[in-house]
Amino acid sequence: MSDWDGRRWHDMGGQAAGPVPMEGHDFALWEKRIDALMVLCGQKGLFTVDGLRRALEDMGEDAFEKHSYYERWIAAVNQNLLESGVYSLEELADRMEQVAARGPTYAEAQHG
Amino acid sequence: MPHDHHDHDHFHHEGMSPSGHPYRADNDGPLTYWQRMEIAVRELLVEKGLLTPSEIAAQIEAMEARSPANGAAVVARAWVDPAFKARLLADASAASREMGFDIGPLHLIAVENTAQTHNLIVCTLCSCYPRNLLGLPPDWYKTREYRSRAVREPRAVLREFGLDLPDDVTVRVHDSTADMRYIVLPSRPEGTEGLDEAELAILVTRDSMIGTGLPRQP
Repeated sequence: MSDWDGRRWHDMGGQAAGPVPMEGHDFALWEKRIDALMVLCGQKGLFTVDGLRRALEDMGEDAFEKHSYYERWIAAVNQNLLESGVYSLEELADRMEQVAARGPTYAEAQHG
Repeated sequence: MPHDHHDHDHFHHEGMSPSGHPYRADNDGPLTYWQRMEIAVRELLVEKGLLTPSEIAAQIEAMEARSPANGAAVVARAWVDPAFKARLLADASAASREMGFDIGPLHLIAVENTAQTHNLIVCTLCSCYPRNLLGLPPDWYKTREYRSRAVREPRAVLREFGLDLPDDVTVRVHDSTADMRYIVLPSRPEGTEGLDEAELAILVTRDSMIGTGLPRQP
């Protein structure tokens, strides 16, 4: 007999948890851009919100605990775009290296 | 309600943004792996001809233009116009579009608070939220604590938001999905008979439309 209750990690309704943390933050530009990319990719039919959800859920609980909301979103957006062949893993890797070479801050690296 | 403070604090503290939050390290911090990925993905989409920089900028602007003021306008209209309220409760997407709000493909459902019933919205599976009417969800809406407990002990959660409901008020919790979002139609506060629609809208807080708060008193 398994102890597993049949839920995946994201299905957390009804679980015990502590007090609701009330602190918030203003979204940074890179986070707003990720939100915009998701919405626009959906509008253009590149993938659906279900595709985003699948990638987020498959990342597992560890990613939920360790990474911020929009960090997980860009990983999920990227996963869907790779799967649909919009660009290749090599193109992504090359571009991420080029971006890193532009400078040590987001301000310096954000425009090619 | 301690919580409404997040949205409506007009006192700017030292080192805090106009909305009362600490400024987040944005462009000046060390470039992170995920920021590099955002830049790379965005540039590749543009180079492949799938998106343009102006589309991305316009989408960010459209998102920033959405705020709880949109939802508040809908609520205030429902308070003053019974026919509109009936249409809102029948089909909140269509009624919101009627007021000029872009609801997208979402199926939006308005749930009405009464003297006997208080409604609360949550997304236990992720972060689904009526973002077209309220803007992006607050961080707490996306936390494990809110998602887990809102459906199990809503009264305890509401007390953390400063809302202690009498035992004879029924609490209904609505769990959103990717395709179906809820918005709470709060009860019109007493003593507001003399207020017009615009004055009423000012009383409608974000949290009153999530169900974690009540409208302001005039």
